Amino acid sequence: MESINKELKVSALENGTVLDHIPAENVYKALDILGLKGICNQITIGINLHSKQYGKKGIIKIADRFFEDDELNKLALIAPQATVNIIRNFQVVEKKKLVLPHEISGIARCMNPKCITNHQPVRTKFTVMEENGEPVLLCHYCEKRSDIKSLF
Amino acid sequence: MNKSLISIQDFSKDEILHVLETAKEFERNRVQNILEGKVIACIFFEPSTRTRLSFETAVNRLGAKVIGFSDATNTSVSKGETLKDTIKMVSNYVDMIIMRHPLEGSSRYASEVSSVPVVNAGDGANQHPSQTLLDLYTIMQTQGRLDNLKINMVGDLKYGRTTHSLLQAMSHFSPEFVFTAPEELKMPVEYKDFLDRRGIRYAETTSLEEHLDDCDILYMTRVQQERFTDPMEYEKVKDVYRLKASMLDGVKRNMKILHPLPRVNEIDQDVDDTPYAYYFKQAENGLYVRMAIISCLLGYR
Repeated sequence: MESINKELKVSALENGTVLDHIPAENVYKALDILGLKGICNQITIGINLHSKQYGKKGIIKIADRFFEDDELNKLALIAPQATVNIIRNFQVVEKKKLVLPHEISGIARCMNPKCITNHQPVRTKFTVMEENGEPVLLCHYCEKRSDIKSLF
Repeated sequence: MNKSLISIQDFSKDEILHVLETAKEFERNRVQNILEGKVIACIFFEPSTRTRLSFETAVNRLGAKVIGFSDATNTSVSKGETLKDTIKMVSNYVDMIIMRHPLEGSSRYASEVSSVPVVNAGDGANQHPSQTLLDLYTIMQTQGRLDNLKINMVGDLKYGRTTHSLLQAMSHFSPEFVFTAPEELKMPVEYKDFLDRRGIRYAETTSLEEHLDDCDILYMTRVQQERFTDPMEYEKVKDVYRLKASMLDGVKRNMKILHPLPRVNEIDQDVDDTPYAYYFKQAENGLYVRMAIISCLLGYR
């Protein structure tokens, strides 16, 4: 077994992606948004880890998996401060910040109970707007706004 | 202009003005067989009299034929057919689909699966763009212009889709608004934000009398029982405003009263005989405007 270093609470990754600084309560949502439930890659999840910046944070390490920016940017909806580390051969070869996407499709539900997307098999689509620093979703179909917290 | 009309915001200012100009031509001559040989589907999944009849009349007066239904209970929809399948099937038969559906966003979705242009004749509480265009046409007809008018919207400004769409459409023409509504039915904040971003002025009041005398258009609306989920809420506000002829002594000479109809108690019958009543003519204009919408979308004007 690997010896556990006191500072490093999660085992190191040889190749893959580390998503850090996810709000602790949103780790499961992050797995959903990135479609990581049910995949075969080795995934290490940390929740309520101590963070100097945010108090408590979550971290997700996915072995042998690299994402397109479009995929990752969806995460900005629930974890705007998250950082992405690309690991190759135990080294961080790239660090990325997330950018809020302009449009998202298929990952959120519309809050409007009378929206067509809640009654028929229609893939949801939203324009992402920012208001007072918070992302707000404008439904492409019913034109109503959904606020991000109640979406997932 | 070969496309669908789903939301009034899909149309630019120029496209709006083009439809209004075309409607003028149809008002002068309402029998024009320019669409002879075309077939247009009017599919109404929710009851409607005015909208359906005026659309069907418009199609007939343009020389095209109408197919469709006015009630979905006798169709495959009652067997559980999805909207997608209904639209896919119908759009293979016809040259255009005019549809009303109780679910919001249904028309946008239909336009995405349809192979022919779709006209939204009302999708729940969301959009009803042909109503908005006929409102604009009527405003232009009564005032001789659309620019720099003061419009007082009265009644259910929370659920009333006509007021929301009219507000968006009028924003092209530097208007000023008054929103007269009870506390429970105030104009939603997103529409006020929309006006704020464009620097358009508005005032809010709960009193019908307060801005009767300084507006050019008094846009009355019905409190729609079918939009309420809580019957108690409806009872509280259903008869909140009632316009009577005696209240109109001090209004501007050019002021006209509009109403998308049907009205219930919000405009007293005695107002009908005043020179300010214009809602029946407004409903008639619906025919010309719908003729214009159909022929513009099919590329014939």
